[in-house]
Amino acid sequence: MADVLVGVAGRIPMANDATTVTTSQRDFHKPQKERSLFQRVLVCSAVAMVLLLVGIFVTLVDKSMLSIRTFGLGFITGTTWDPLNGIFAGFPYIVGTVVTAVLALALSFPFGMSLAILLGEYYRYGWISNILKNLVELLAGIPSIIYGFTALFFLVPLVRQFEVSQGIQPAFGVSILSATIVLSIMIIPYSASVAREIIQLVPSMLKEAAYSMGATRFEVVRKIVLPYARSGIAAGFLLSFGRAVGETMAVTMVIGNANTLAKSIFDPSNTMASIIANEFTEATTKIYLSSLIEIGLMLFIITVLFDLLGKYIINRMRMS
Amino acid sequence: MDKSLQWRILKDKLFVVFLFLFVVLTAVPLFLILYYIVSNGIAAINWDFLTQLPKPVGEVGGGVINAIVGTLILIVTATLIATPLGVLAGVYLSEYPKTKLARTAGLFVEILQGIPSIVIGIVAYVWLVEPIGNFSALSGSAALAIMMLPVIVRTTEETLKLIPNTLKEAALAMGTSHSRTIFRVIIPNSLSGIVTGISLALARIAGETAPLLFTAFGNPFINVNLLQPTHSLPLLIFNYATSPYEDWHRQGWGASLVLIVIILCFSVSSKIFIKRWTVQS
Repeated sequence: MADVLVGVAGRIPMANDATTVTTSQRDFHKPQKERSLFQRVLVCSAVAMVLLLVGIFVTLVDKSMLSIRTFGLGFITGTTWDPLNGIFAGFPYIVGTVVTAVLALALSFPFGMSLAILLGEYYRYGWISNILKNLVELLAGIPSIIYGFTALFFLVPLVRQFEVSQGIQPAFGVSILSATIVLSIMIIPYSASVAREIIQLVPSMLKEAAYSMGATRFEVVRKIVLPYARSGIAAGFLLSFGRAVGETMAVTMVIGNANTLAKSIFDPSNTMASIIANEFTEATTKIYLSSLIEIGLMLFIITVLFDLLGKYIINRMRMS
Repeated sequence: MDKSLQWRILKDKLFVVFLFLFVVLTAVPLFLILYYIVSNGIAAINWDFLTQLPKPVGEVGGGVINAIVGTLILIVTATLIATPLGVLAGVYLSEYPKTKLARTAGLFVEILQGIPSIVIGIVAYVWLVEPIGNFSALSGSAALAIMMLPVIVRTTEETLKLIPNTLKEAALAMGTSHSRTIFRVIIPNSLSGIVTGISLALARIAGETAPLLFTAFGNPFINVNLLQPTHSLPLLIFNYATSPYEDWHRQGWGASLVLIVIILCFSVSSKIFIKRWTVQS
């Protein structure tokens, strides 16, 4: 419609004689200049969004160059983190991050899926739906620091008791296990909301066909809805993985901050995010700071990759 | 009824029971957290707590007024930075959705939303703390503003797309310039949606701690100078929670309750605005 109107407006002077064209050109001269300035401002703001992300990436690369040059690939595979002697390598943190995130995803799976199936299939509208939606929103709305605070005072002692009762040494309570439990609660809203959206996309024709053949609702969910939504649900978990990897404060408070490679889930450890949170302000040497920023760069790359991959799969599903 | 049919119907019912069981289990930690925060928090909150500065380490009592003021300064500054830029970018995305720039910017905004807050903290440190030479409220606000941007851009774009095209065409047909149409017709009509976006963004960043650790840093006194370090409630909770002092733990609960109430205000206000979101044409 807008295009048509512009076309009509543009044609009016042409239909008239030459004098009208010149006057209308003069009349339109001022607004047009203003419009182009306004457009330029709009373009600048959009360019600013692009530059912001590019700037973040370039800054991270630039500031971690020192560490990349000094340690090379050894930074990813090495296990020594020794600020006193200026030797840095991030393998224990990569392991800590991946282990906590993967375990948290696995642990949150039945909970996130239950919410998603109830919201996406059983209760799309109505008061039950509202209660469930509020539950998800509240879970997502509680800040990381408060998850960490409560976990430190109530979850960690429970884990410690469990460790003592099982004779596990050392029984600190702060451990990969504690971090996993907190993380799994924190990512439920993400995986649930993505999975719910995907489940709602399942064509009702397929479901109705199954019902007409006498399938129960459970059978429809298991044999029609879930298989159809499988790749979208997987994409949702990729997105949640990205969230879990970047989660900082709650993990920092309960993981125990040990700079050695964890041997079991009862050991204290560190994730990439928590080592940055703990040591960034203590980084006194250039190489120390650069190493921490390189860990930040790795975190950036991992989260962006998982984000893009997850969104790509979901967009492809939306299209079809 | 034959046995297999009964079994199938039973399975169907059991499945729903299981789903609800898991949902109830999800709700348990949520209610425990809220219960601990409210019960411990109310015990810690009194007039002194809300109006006094913290006492020196080891002394009982004192308050968190520096953190409350700091949090307000940080989020107000962040909003002032993020809103104009975010709204303009949102206008661009909805006005020229098919250009290459719009697609790139849209994608980048989405990526920006997924970047861990701690990484944004690092960048704010490099951009604003290193050149200035000390930790500052400004650098903390900048980090929070970067986190607000994606939400504001998205909601602005989506609200503007809801405005009927006829409204815009009517304005343009009367000879109104493009900018005037946007500022006098489109934006006033979508104001509630934009305000919703800002409240959502505020609810997202009010509890953020990670990007403030090495930008705003913390300050035992009230500070209103944007170029000086500033305390904030999340930072205070982190410091108090990880400290060995009983009294600081108690105050940490109080601060958590204050923080939750602030965040709740933002999300409730965003919901109120969403209800008024319906565009009047």
